[in-house]
Amino acid sequence: MIYSYYPGCSLHGSAKEYNHSTKAVCEKLGVELRELPDWICCGASSGHSLNKILEIVLPAQNLKIAEKIGHDLVVPCAACYNRLKVAKNELREKEEIRKQIKDLINFDFQNNIEILNLIELIKNRIGLETIRSKVVKPLKGLKVACYYGCLLVRPPTIMDFDNPEHPMSLDEIMRVIGAEPINWSFKTECCGGSLSLSRDDIVKSLVGNIIRMAEEAGAHIIVTLCPLCMENLDIRQPNYNFPILYLTELLALAFNLKESENFITKHIVNPLPVLESLELL
Amino acid sequence: MIIINGNNLLNLVQKESGQDIQACYYCHKCVVGCPVSKYMDIPPNAILRMIQYGEKEKILKSATIWLCTACETCGTRCPNNIDIAKVMDVLKQMAVKEGVKGKEKTIQIMHKAFLAGIEKRGRMHELSLIRDLKLRSGGLFKDIKLGIKMFQLGKFSIFPEKVRNVKEIKKIFKKIRSIE
Repeated sequence: MIYSYYPGCSLHGSAKEYNHSTKAVCEKLGVELRELPDWICCGASSGHSLNKILEIVLPAQNLKIAEKIGHDLVVPCAACYNRLKVAKNELREKEEIRKQIKDLINFDFQNNIEILNLIELIKNRIGLETIRSKVVKPLKGLKVACYYGCLLVRPPTIMDFDNPEHPMSLDEIMRVIGAEPINWSFKTECCGGSLSLSRDDIVKSLVGNIIRMAEEAGAHIIVTLCPLCMENLDIRQPNYNFPILYLTELLALAFNLKESENFITKHIVNPLPVLESLELL
Repeated sequence: MIIINGNNLLNLVQKESGQDIQACYYCHKCVVGCPVSKYMDIPPNAILRMIQYGEKEKILKSATIWLCTACETCGTRCPNNIDIAKVMDVLKQMAVKEGVKGKEKTIQIMHKAFLAGIEKRGRMHELSLIRDLKLRSGGLFKDIKLGIKMFQLGKFSIFPEKVRNVKEIKKIFKKIRSIE
């Protein structure tokens, strides 16, 4: 299975462990990820906040490269996934947008590739049975709060991925690798997103609520797919020491990949004590 | 169906956002679900009402439009399918275009620094963004302990990446400026 791969800026920066664990897990599963040559930033929240043309043209530039190559595009970062899907939707639905983008970057939108987040790649393309067959070290006893955040599931008409209020797809993957997903009500609550750099007081308050809910529901850790959620939850948690890990880091642990120690030691909150206490290392 | 018969602001926001703002019947679902509404100076449903009344200056000067994180909880739950985050985007863009000096300046500076970085390199570089933001908004030593810890963990890439076709990216930004 060959896919184009859009890591996005965070995965080349503070979320390197997400990039490395995604690549390691995909290699184990026989999925070849080919990084898009000359990909550019999707614009994230700043693009759509300040300029409606930049909002579309930045992701569209990446779609242009991906459509030319022709493989479906895997996007681990929830924010990049959201921006690329919004741009694709605008290009599909609106002729004037297609024309504007054609004028700007000479891109004839073909709509010939799918954009996939990692849950979609794992569930719909690789299959849960294949995942199960690769598990050598089930994450027995690990209670996980599955945190989907905002951007994977909303706006639901465009993301068209799982239930926007009560998604379950990540919970299913957790069960397959032997972990125990807990029931909690903050699966899709916002972490404050890009306010992290400008209003960290708000982010701390939102993150505090999310962690408190996960802890009260009995979780040992929170699992996420979004580097911005990771950043906020990991570095802005007030008076907690609550570990946060990426989906791919847990998969790497369950597959017993030796590279695991390189990823899971990269977080501000050290997850090793919890994992050691459950004899998962 | 969007009816274009209101004031200039209403017509413009409806056209730009594609949202039927007059459909709002003030159920407050957006306010209740909004993760940041308690920090806002005007709640989201009141913003919709003020658009109907044409109170442009108050809206564009508000903290609300900048505090919206575009989490889309409001739009997902709105019984009239109004994508309020999309409306907030249109209002933010309007405020920038008209040079309105509103509240929450640091948020605006952050967005501007973020896009300036993309224009320069094609990609966002975290350390450069933090530096640019701190130089423009102050607070140079805030979070310094955290920064050192992140640095020790190897979280930051020291040198920025630059894409090969950065000239093309600069051209796109230039073209957009000339259109607007």
